Amino acid sequence: MHLILFLFFGGICVAGAVNLLVQRHPINSALSLVVVMASLAGEYLLLGAEFVAAIQVIVYAGAIMVLFIFTIMLLNAGEEERSKGSRIAILLGVPSVAIGGVLVAWTLLRHSNTPSVPMFALPGDPRVIARFLFRDFLLPFEVTSVLILIAIMGAVVLASKPESVARPSAAEPAQREARELVASGRER
Amino acid sequence: MIFVLLTAVAYSVWLERKVSAHIQNRWGPTRVGPFGLLQPLADGIKFIFKEDLTQPYVYKTLYIASPIIAVVFAITAISVIPFGNSITIGPITTPLQITDLNIGLLVVLGITSMGVYGVALAGWSSNSKYSLLGGLRASAQMISYEVSLGLSLIPVLMLAGSFSLREIVNKQQHLHWNFFYFPLGTLAFFVYLISAYAETNRTPFDLPEAESELVAGYHTEYSAMKFAMFFMAEYANMVTVACLSTLLFFGGWLGPVFGPPIVQSLLPVLWFCLKVFFFMFLYVWVRWTLPRFRYDQLMAFGWKVLLPTAVANLVVTGLVVAWKPDIWLVK
Amino acid sequence: MTIPLSCYLILSGILFMCGVLGFLIKRNIITIFMSIELMLNGVNLSFVAFAAQWHALSGQIFVFFVMVVAAAEAAVGLAIIIAVYRTRETLNVDQVNLLKL
Repeated sequence: MHLILFLFFGGICVAGAVNLLVQRHPINSALSLVVVMASLAGEYLLLGAEFVAAIQVIVYAGAIMVLFIFTIMLLNAGEEERSKGSRIAILLGVPSVAIGGVLVAWTLLRHSNTPSVPMFALPGDPRVIARFLFRDFLLPFEVTSVLILIAIMGAVVLASKPESVARPSAAEPAQREARELVASGRER
Repeated sequence: MIFVLLTAVAYSVWLERKVSAHIQNRWGPTRVGPFGLLQPLADGIKFIFKEDLTQPYVYKTLYIASPIIAVVFAITAISVIPFGNSITIGPITTPLQITDLNIGLLVVLGITSMGVYGVALAGWSSNSKYSLLGGLRASAQMISYEVSLGLSLIPVLMLAGSFSLREIVNKQQHLHWNFFYFPLGTLAFFVYLISAYAETNRTPFDLPEAESELVAGYHTEYSAMKFAMFFMAEYANMVTVACLSTLLFFGGWLGPVFGPPIVQSLLPVLWFCLKVFFFMFLYVWVRWTLPRFRYDQLMAFGWKVLLPTAVANLVVTGLVVAWKPDIWLVK
Repeated sequence: MTIPLSCYLILSGILFMCGVLGFLIKRNIITIFMSIELMLNGVNLSFVAFAAQWHALSGQIFVFFVMVVAAAEAAVGLAIIIAVYRTRETLNVDQVNLLKL
């Protein structure tokens, strides 16, 4: 039962990851990454880390990927072109990464007397995590909050429009005309 | 349960048309059935028979998938909402909930944050300028107000000590509703309500689908059944928000319980339904009373007013709960 | 109902390898950035798998920090991408090869 669910979520995960590589339009890649994250949330649930799974859905799939999709929509990214550089990269990259992956998998399977992980092994309820997070890991918690603050400020500064040349605003002629009308009205 | 929800969605449309009509000094649907009660049925039949136009320039897969995504996530959020205490009919005790997760509130938050995809992808896949603008605005608005939504719910969690929705309601016995926990619970409730109105794209925050400004925003290019699905998704989101408001702030199904055991098991459900009905009525009332926010006013309000308020509320509630941990808490 | 730990690690390794491959192959800046996120997700999975095996909760806590760092990096990275797009009008990595326009 555990194995069936693991293979189900793992299959969706790998399919989404491969789809990200194969698709040419960035929005299809983004949506397959959302599928990967949702299936990873399922894997976390299988391990018993329910709080991490919920946070994965809320933060990763529900906020970060929305930001990605927002940027793709804003910048109107089109389909990718196949250039010389990308063909060389595919020719060299795919075999080498595949060999690296096979090496890792073979090493892992050779030491296959690793202990097994039962289903729902982790105590993943928020109470336990909160105890850890706010006692033992308080310093990293505070440091990451400062990090987020810096990231917010950096993102706002980087994405704001540069100072453009001062042009006369569209409202000025209308304002001038209104002032003249009022002045002429007073004279009469 | 899905049937109950879909019926609730259909009749909330009826409620909206009747209430808006009376606010505007007219009658609303009266011809179809008594008091126009069969109007949703007529609307449903109309939507099924309407011609389903699909423009040639849309991105086909996403165009068809977006309303399905919107509806699926809107209806799934109901699955963790408890409607009442466990009912014992004969030998069977059923908790009135599909599942009681001990992270129930987080699940609802997660599903509503995935609901942004339906809107954003609908706007983008329609491949037209009104839809794209509406979709961009809607998704930016929704993710902005998600922050204050989440932050405004944390005081409730501090008072209840658990993410499970049933636990949160059980801590509100004897009229110790979170709304009455003045001023922190009340403020949290209003911040939650305003953020939820913005999340579900309802007036006064409905610029993404404003009829007079952006043609119809992100669902401009949709017709017949797909538009009906967006419609259903919006009202299902409204029902979810109303249910969450009653559960978290108004005591859920708690109310005077009396009578023989069969009545005793059904009365909490009645109280729950009455409170949810009140919140749906509040939604419609606010929609037809307030004018619409402009988009920059909307974003400024969300980030500059609601977010600091939610954070300050959170800090003060934390201090109060840490200082006197059993204030108001029912053991 | 147990699964050997190496299954989770192989899945995490596959995700990481797909991320590396995407980083090398793709030519669109945003897709490259998404491959980085895929790598981070693979690493998260192996953290949680090890935490489950050793019953040490610090694995889960570290996943939070990885997620937070990924969120911060996504925000800043997307802002940089928008700034690059504004000046160079292209999202193709091969064409962003001059320090000064």
